[in-house]
Amino acid sequence: MTNSHTDKFTIADSKYSSRLLVGTGKYKNSEQTKSAIDKSGAEIVTVAIRRTNLGQKKNEPNLLDIIPPDKYTILPNTAGCYDAASAVRTCQLARELLNGHDLVKLEVLADEKTLFPDITQTLDAAKKLIDDNFKVMVYTTDDPIIAKRLEEIGCVAVMPLAAPIGSGLGIQNPYNIRTIVENASVPIIVDAGVGTASDASIAMELGCDGVLMNTAIAEAKNPTLMASAMKKAIQAGREAYLAGRMPKRAYASASSPIDGRFF
Amino acid sequence: MKVLLNGSSYSIEDNCSVVALIKNLELNGKYAIEINQTIIPRSKYSNQKINSGDKIEIVQAIGGG
Repeated sequence: MTNSHTDKFTIADSKYSSRLLVGTGKYKNSEQTKSAIDKSGAEIVTVAIRRTNLGQKKNEPNLLDIIPPDKYTILPNTAGCYDAASAVRTCQLARELLNGHDLVKLEVLADEKTLFPDITQTLDAAKKLIDDNFKVMVYTTDDPIIAKRLEEIGCVAVMPLAAPIGSGLGIQNPYNIRTIVENASVPIIVDAGVGTASDASIAMELGCDGVLMNTAIAEAKNPTLMASAMKKAIQAGREAYLAGRMPKRAYASASSPIDGRFF
Repeated sequence: MKVLLNGSSYSIEDNCSVVALIKNLELNGKYAIEINQTIIPRSKYSNQKINSGDKIEIVQAIGGG
């Protein structure tokens, strides 16, 4: 019997029980953010780094008061960066902001319409960040060769997309995701494109170590309820993967015995 | 003197330090500061002088995925 106490996974020498990683964007307000993140059970939570709004009201809550770094592993991202230099600069500012915390989510985007990653810039930024002692969790395409390269240069987790960021289309290329998982010796986390609970289960059934999502929860009609659904979907998918599914057959296979029939 | 603060022109006293700027802005919460694309560590805020025309960025964590 597996449970969350024994079935932990490791990123950069830290152990985590929750395989659901969540973002903090697109929520209506801080109460909704807090409620959904609490319910998700996530231990790793992403944030973006942006200019401080200098006209901010003094009593407006700061995001890091809602998701305190002593309770969550804060994962600053480089969302919105379209070149390696701005991604590296963002990570360096994040490290200063978070008192030397060096775990980052690298994403270098190529195109506003698809938000697909720019792989050449991503590889360049990953090398520079690793040389600067960052622990890099990297957002990438579902290309198994690139995923392996990113692992080889020292990324601590590789995070292929299921589908474009915010699209909610679910896993478009399960065979590639499975190949990435089979080849990997670092955690593989599906990042982006999950739309509903079954998508998250499929990612886990393919053997992924976790799923990172934001829009699927934040844009649900009831984000807190969807956070709960996602938590269960991740656990169900993980247990199904560990249990080992039955083989698929083209035809029926009776569940009740043929022998002993009296009719 | 004038500086460029988070992309907008901002007037501060001559020879102002980073500490004085933070006080002026009444910043709360966690933030990081960069002057002319060099990060200023928190430990250097009191000694770090700001010069006319400096490009200052003050950033924080906000919601993101």
